[in-house]
Amino acid sequence: MLGTGILKGLYITAKNLVGSYYSSERLTTIQYPEQRAQLPENYRNFPFLVYDGEDAIDGLRCTACKMCEKECPPQCIYIIPERDEKGKLQKKPKVFDIDISVCMGCGICAEVCPFESIKMDHHFEVAQRNRFAGLLLHREQLAKSNKYYHSIRPKEATAVDESLAEEKRKAEEKAKAAAAAKEAAAKAAAAKAADAAKAKTDDLEEKKN
Amino acid sequence: MSLSEPIPGSTIRAVHDDFHGDLLEVSMGPHHPSTHGVFRMIVTLDGEVVVKLKPVFGYLHRNHEKLAENNAYLASIPYTDRLDYLCSLTNNWAYVHAVEKLSGIEVPERAEYLRVILGELTRLINHCCLVGFLLNDLGTSFTPLLYSLRERERMLDMIEALTGSRMMCNFMRFGGLRTDVSSEWLAQLKTYLDTTFARYLDEQDALLTGNEILLARTQGVGVLKSDLAINAGITGPMLRASGINYDIRKVDKYSIYDRFDFRVPLGDHSDTYDRYMMRMLEMHESVKIIQQAIKDIPEGPFIDPKAKNRGLRPKAGEAYARIEGPKGEIGFHLISDGTGNPYRYRVRPPSLINLTVLEDMCLGQTLADTVIILGSVDIVLGEVDR
Ligand code: SF4
Ligand code: SF4
Repeated sequence: MLGTGILKGLYITAKNLVGSYYSSERLTTIQYPEQRAQLPENYRNFPFLVYDGEDAIDGLRCTACKMCEKECPPQCIYIIPERDEKGKLQKKPKVFDIDISVCMGCGICAEVCPFESIKMDHHFEVAQRNRFAGLLLHREQLAKSNKYYHSIRPKEATAVDESLAEEKRKAEEKAKAAAAAKEAAAKAAAAKAADAAKAKTDDLEEKKN
Repeated sequence: MSLSEPIPGSTIRAVHDDFHGDLLEVSMGPHHPSTHGVFRMIVTLDGEVVVKLKPVFGYLHRNHEKLAENNAYLASIPYTDRLDYLCSLTNNWAYVHAVEKLSGIEVPERAEYLRVILGELTRLINHCCLVGFLLNDLGTSFTPLLYSLRERERMLDMIEALTGSRMMCNFMRFGGLRTDVSSEWLAQLKTYLDTTFARYLDEQDALLTGNEILLARTQGVGVLKSDLAINAGITGPMLRASGINYDIRKVDKYSIYDRFDFRVPLGDHSDTYDRYMMRMLEMHESVKIIQQAIKDIPEGPFIDPKAKNRGLRPKAGEAYARIEGPKGEIGFHLISDGTGNPYRYRVRPPSLINLTVLEDMCLGQTLADTVIILGSVDIVLGEVDR
């Protein structure tokens, strides 16, 4: 019969309208900014730099290895490593800038960083009055504490902490082993020297006799 | 040349005609809500009937291919997200498929399953959008569109929880995926498809498929003859709506599609209604594929640990790989000269090639019909213009 399709359609829309008062399944809007959706842990927006300890700049994990700068597809990271007075590299960034007006939030920098230093942020309200300078973030703005990292990505941050602790433990063990080896070597050398000295004195004594 | 005489060699009548009135040229777009982006149609009208249609595109050109030729292989993956931004995962897939072919990388079993699941989920998202927007073009002003977008939003939430981003997923890697997919996520997807999404499909069917207005507006409109479809290289649901059984998932059996039991819907009348139905039926088939894949998915690595992603330098050579994207055949042609970036990088975009027959479908139809014909082609300008 002509019109049944239309009536059926109206029934569906009526069901949805009435349903939106009862079931959250059918009412899906959120009144932003008063209400906010819970962001999933994996959500990524722009990168930030993790620091350990209290001081943001001293605690940066970044070693200025420039791996992220090289791999970033739109080339929006800019790094100058720190040098001391003699011009020796300090394994710290002197300048670490990210132009987030160019950054596309792909997450490749966080993927390639070997020192777990650069991570993807959850902060998305980045509107600025100043279109160029305001969106060029320097290391002071990029540095965020490990605590913050834990607050946005608890699972990932815990795993990272564990692997860093493991690495540190291994490095310490290695250092200890190296130190022990050195000590042993030193002892052995000393013993040898003592032996040699003893042999000499023995020799001398023999000669005396 | 007088405007009162027909243009020599053209079938179009003279511009001035005292009896029939003048021909009128209308420029639709580049900013027009029905063109789905910055796309322009210069339509010549005789009364209300289209006698000529000239598509103009290129407003969204971003130099995609040249950028990729100057970037490392890995760095191009996030750019492929931005081709057809509704289906970034299938774009990723087609690209990594081409690189894997070029450099002979094997993909572990689990990764293949996950790729199928994500690819079909992308198809659902794309078809949801298409059905919603097509009906919006028809003038149903938002109700079906919002129902479709509501479901799409739920699927995007799941994709966001997995990949970190709703649309710019950047998730596939050479030899597998960026991260593993948890079993909770798969279970959540399964529950969603079984309950909410199944209800959506039923509702959409009840709301629209038998609706008299929809039938009157779409049946017999924008017919695309099958021989023209083949000659023009049309692929995807548009080709199948013209009755040609050609689905790359069945023809090439790439990845592991030979393990799943699904059917390929075919159209009979080659009109806009068939193209609409094609999408509705394909959604049912995609749900079936995802459910089978979730059931059979094995444990194992999600990426080949030997596969090199950073600093990949394939041996000199070339490869073309294609997959059945939601819009048709999406393929990548790569030529390597042995360095860290491709010598030539070429995308075969389904939207652009499907758009080439727009004029043939629109001639003799009314202006209002061109809007729904364009809607049924399913274009995304990010991919048309690259
Ligand atoms: S953020 Fe990581 S990859 Fe980038 S320079 Fe610092 S340590 Fe290297
Ligand atoms: S997220 Fe991507 S675009 Fe942004 S800085 Fe990192 S690598 Fe570059």
